[in-house]
Amino acid sequence: MTGTGPSQGPATPNDAPGAEEPRVAIIAGGPALLTGSGAKGATAGGIRLLRSPLASLILQRLALSVALLFAVSILIFGGVEALPGDFATTYLGQSATPQAVDNIRKDLGLDKPLTERYVTWLGGAVQGDFGTSWASRNSVSEQIGKRLGNSLFLAFFAAIVSVPLAIGLGMLAVQYRNRLPDRIINIVSLAAISLPEFFIGYLLILFFAVNLGIATFPSTVYDSMTFLERLKAIALPVTTLVLVVLAHMMRMTRAAILSVMSSAYVETAELKGLSSLRIIARHAAPNAIAPVITVVALNLAYLVVGVVVVEVVFVYPGMGQYMVDAVTVRDMPVVQACGLIFAAFYILLNMAADILAILANPRLRHPR
Amino acid sequence: MHNLLSVKNLKIEATSYPPGAPPRRVTLVDNVSFDLAKGKVLGLIGESGAGKSTIGLSALAYGRGGAEITGGQVLLDGTDILPLGKSGIRKIRGARVCYVAQSAAAAFNPAHKLGNQVIEATVMHGLMSREEARKRALYLFQVLGLPNPETFGDRFPHQVSGGQLQRAMTAMALCSNPELIIFDEPTTALDVTTQIDVLAAIKHAIEATGTAALYITHDLAVVAQISDDIMVLRHGKMVEYGAVQQIIEAPREDYTRALVNVRQTAREEAPDQTNTLLKVEHVSAQYSNGFKVLHDVSLHLPKGQTLAIVGESGSGKSTLARVVTGLLPHTEGRVVFDGKEMTPSLNKRSRDDLRRIQLIYQMADTAMNPRQTVRDIIGRPLTFYDGLRGAAKTARVKELLDQIEMGSGFVDRYPAELSGGQKQRVAIARALAAKPELILCDEPTSALDPLVAEGILKLLLRLQEEEQLSYVFITHDIGIVRAIADSVAVMHRGNLVRFGPKSKVLAPPFDDYTDLLLKSVPEMEIGWLEKVLATRKMASADN
Amino acid sequence: MRLRSIPLSAWIGILGIAIAIFAAIFADFIAPYGEGEIVGDIWLPMGGDFLLGTDNLGRDLLSRLIFGARTTISVALAASILCFSLGMILSFTAAVTGGVVDQVLSRLNDLMMSVPALILALVILAVLPQNIFILITVMAVIDSTRVYRLGRAVALDVAVMEFVEAAKLRGEGKIWIIFREILPNTLSPLLAEFGLRFAFSILFLSTLSFLGLGIQPPAADWGGMVKDNKDGIIFGISAALVPGGAIAALAVCVNLVVDWLLKRTSSLKGGRGDA
Repeated sequence: MTGTGPSQGPATPNDAPGAEEPRVAIIAGGPALLTGSGAKGATAGGIRLLRSPLASLILQRLALSVALLFAVSILIFGGVEALPGDFATTYLGQSATPQAVDNIRKDLGLDKPLTERYVTWLGGAVQGDFGTSWASRNSVSEQIGKRLGNSLFLAFFAAIVSVPLAIGLGMLAVQYRNRLPDRIINIVSLAAISLPEFFIGYLLILFFAVNLGIATFPSTVYDSMTFLERLKAIALPVTTLVLVVLAHMMRMTRAAILSVMSSAYVETAELKGLSSLRIIARHAAPNAIAPVITVVALNLAYLVVGVVVVEVVFVYPGMGQYMVDAVTVRDMPVVQACGLIFAAFYILLNMAADILAILANPRLRHPR
Repeated sequence: MHNLLSVKNLKIEATSYPPGAPPRRVTLVDNVSFDLAKGKVLGLIGESGAGKSTIGLSALAYGRGGAEITGGQVLLDGTDILPLGKSGIRKIRGARVCYVAQSAAAAFNPAHKLGNQVIEATVMHGLMSREEARKRALYLFQVLGLPNPETFGDRFPHQVSGGQLQRAMTAMALCSNPELIIFDEPTTALDVTTQIDVLAAIKHAIEATGTAALYITHDLAVVAQISDDIMVLRHGKMVEYGAVQQIIEAPREDYTRALVNVRQTAREEAPDQTNTLLKVEHVSAQYSNGFKVLHDVSLHLPKGQTLAIVGESGSGKSTLARVVTGLLPHTEGRVVFDGKEMTPSLNKRSRDDLRRIQLIYQMADTAMNPRQTVRDIIGRPLTFYDGLRGAAKTARVKELLDQIEMGSGFVDRYPAELSGGQKQRVAIARALAAKPELILCDEPTSALDPLVAEGILKLLLRLQEEEQLSYVFITHDIGIVRAIADSVAVMHRGNLVRFGPKSKVLAPPFDDYTDLLLKSVPEMEIGWLEKVLATRKMASADN
Repeated sequence: MRLRSIPLSAWIGILGIAIAIFAAIFADFIAPYGEGEIVGDIWLPMGGDFLLGTDNLGRDLLSRLIFGARTTISVALAASILCFSLGMILSFTAAVTGGVVDQVLSRLNDLMMSVPALILALVILAVLPQNIFILITVMAVIDSTRVYRLGRAVALDVAVMEFVEAAKLRGEGKIWIIFREILPNTLSPLLAEFGLRFAFSILFLSTLSFLGLGIQPPAADWGGMVKDNKDGIIFGISAALVPGGAIAALAVCVNLVVDWLLKRTSSLKGGRGDA
């Protein structure tokens, strides 16, 4: 992250093109280690795709994410090992006799050196093999295969409902800025972001499943279900997820759109006597895309995590349930595998947000 | 036959929401009236806060930032535009009346090509077909002197420079063949040498198209080059209104006279330029990213005198000050102060060394901690260097306040409660508190209104006499240089172009750059612009 | 700060927080029954002797709620204070020192932020023994990443202002610059951020307890109480909603106060990104 200071140059107003470039960094969570300012040096007639600074910026971002994922894997694997407290002793708890501890160690392969275990684990992970669960002795990958699909199914539907709603409500709030609809939306969303997911979940269950009987609980899904049956089963968990994410997303899209609407070029458009529709569609919207995409991607990343609690509340057979159960019994291979996969999705979504924001930035698409 | 624009008894108000107090109604513009005939230019001049932009925008029936037009009429060709509804006003904006903003960089949409934005209003209002509008835009680009006019429209705002953007904005305003254009400080944000080019381009374009214009600026010299009539504004009220000849040569009101006579302070050059206090020898410096910002600069300053360093932005003049203070260590050369070589980095200098060289900033707002009172701001150097505390400190602070012509009642005020000029005075007092020998003034008056700036300059000169101070005065304003310097250094892109006693530096023969620089400062003289353009040898960097 | 300039919503928030803190401090005196005392049948409805009914073991919900307030608030507060201090110290050091120190700290911070908080907590808590201090520390360390990011941005913002440079020019030491020049100007956004961290800690702690990884029974904390009573939902017993509602109410109150603080701040940094 750069900043101006005594040993760096001041911006020169007439030599610098236009105004300062907007930062690509995101609002909360997720790393954004690059800004767009490295994009100078366009080629006039070179091989456009490969030499284009835009492509190089995107490739850099990709490479960075891969490096990050690698570092995270070390963190998850190694960090856990480096924590105080001998694992085997903790695992056995009360029954930690020296002999038992030794046996557990051999059994779980904990007596091999750290680096060897890490390499084996990572090598397997890359190929999709996460080893065997300590609790059930089943293949971890097999379980993950089924459950990941379920979790993604849930997250997907939550996403396609919440994103259009959030953008729509955000635009509505801006249109009626500081008037009654905006204030109502503001208060309701403020309350919504303060509610824990399990509270919303149980509230919905009590109301819709128990009292009204129109929804199913628990939300078990099994292979032989039809698509429609699945949808019915996940109706409540999806609603919960949507409510949680919608509030955050809507507030942020409102802020992003508002900031674009108060910019100088929107004023210029108004002073040129253009119609409201044209101002919004041609002047505000193209510049609002990048910040709104960033907001959406951020919240989708959060959705991936919100799934964990929701699965536990609704007893839904997904990755979240799997991980929580594993943590409770300290089934390390499962915990590490789930942790890595969740982190990977999170990093991926943040990277997608950064890349989309780069692509949407006209200063980077058309360098000097 | 009525005038093109007739403003009668205009009143504009806004609601201000000061923190922690109930909202108040403030009057931005009070009972202003003027007329503008077809094809004529009216200059609106005043200091910041005078209401000029607000009045300009009222010709478009627009109030920025909550300003509301609450009284009076704005007659465009005989019809009052204020009572028109939204759709009525839209038909006028961008078609009959157009606006050129102060910052073209912010006013253009970064997502669209310049050409499309320039012709947009014309096409949307149905005045011309797309093809015709494009042709007109091309013609205007040529008239305004833009490079490569055929392809200029295909570029994006961030791909062209500030001066070019300002001209593009003018083209955008002229494209629909409006009857009236409002120019809102169009050259203020530009460098001095670029300003002249843009000003000339605007004048040429207005004359070629016969458009009427409202030209808003705070610089009387600039407005004298371009207007037929001038209205002087202050605090939202009209001070004087008349033909440009009369205002410049025979002003009636005191305030107008003060504006016209600004920079009449002159200082005789000191004859004896030996007894050096500060010597800069072959200094080079670069930023941490490797960019070389100073190349082999050598100059010196005799005790008790003023060295003016003049140049445009990017010339390295401010950087030189930072090198002298040690904020940016130089990579080559030496800085010698009172016979002793100073270590390049400020971290290694002694407290006494630091005390003797003080720095005054351009923006007094950010130069002082908003959470400290005047007493703390001025008092800290007293405590830090001389160990003064309590009553002794307060007494000395009050003495200093007297010296800067502010009363002792200011001790408990916060910077936010002071005006621009007062803040700069406090900054000067802070520098004085350290009992320095050399004060580096980094454009201390550039951000101030002309009359206030004048006051600060007078103060600085007086203090120099009283305290035997030496100044290095950094500025881009040749007028100031003429007024206060003993010796002058001209800098351009990190190089020292010219250095010597004022009389020698400001006298011909000139090198190309000094020639360009000197010819770029508008004089309070009608017809100066044409004269200067004819004799310029070097094109400005902007083209 | 004038009292009448504080909006109604902020007053409601302040009132809510005050009630919760009062309950936490005076729990022993105002709770009608003991924390673990079994006083009646399982899942009795609200009213009569038991204002909010009983829980899954027959303990008085109101009393457990009050004692739970103590646990939840003190743990959340401890975690927020620790998190805030850690984040602030590291971020200001990084901002003022710059160079390698800044780079290393910031990269480490980015790394920690690239794993979502809950996941990281789950992974770490899977290994460490169940212990309230460990819980507080884990929560604090994970959340400090966000404070670091904000603190650094705000400090850098102020650090490049000219009055800080003027202080450097005078020869002031780093300690003076941090405490007398930078810090006083960063209070507003930082205060708001502390509020946000507190709200987050309450929710985070409750979530962890709900998942069985936070405060262990029989100690009462609101998240754990939800977990205890969740099986009643399917029978129409709303006991789990009582502690859930308390969590929500307290979080809403904190957010209302934070919202008011954010509006007073003119800085664009910090906040939830939804100003």
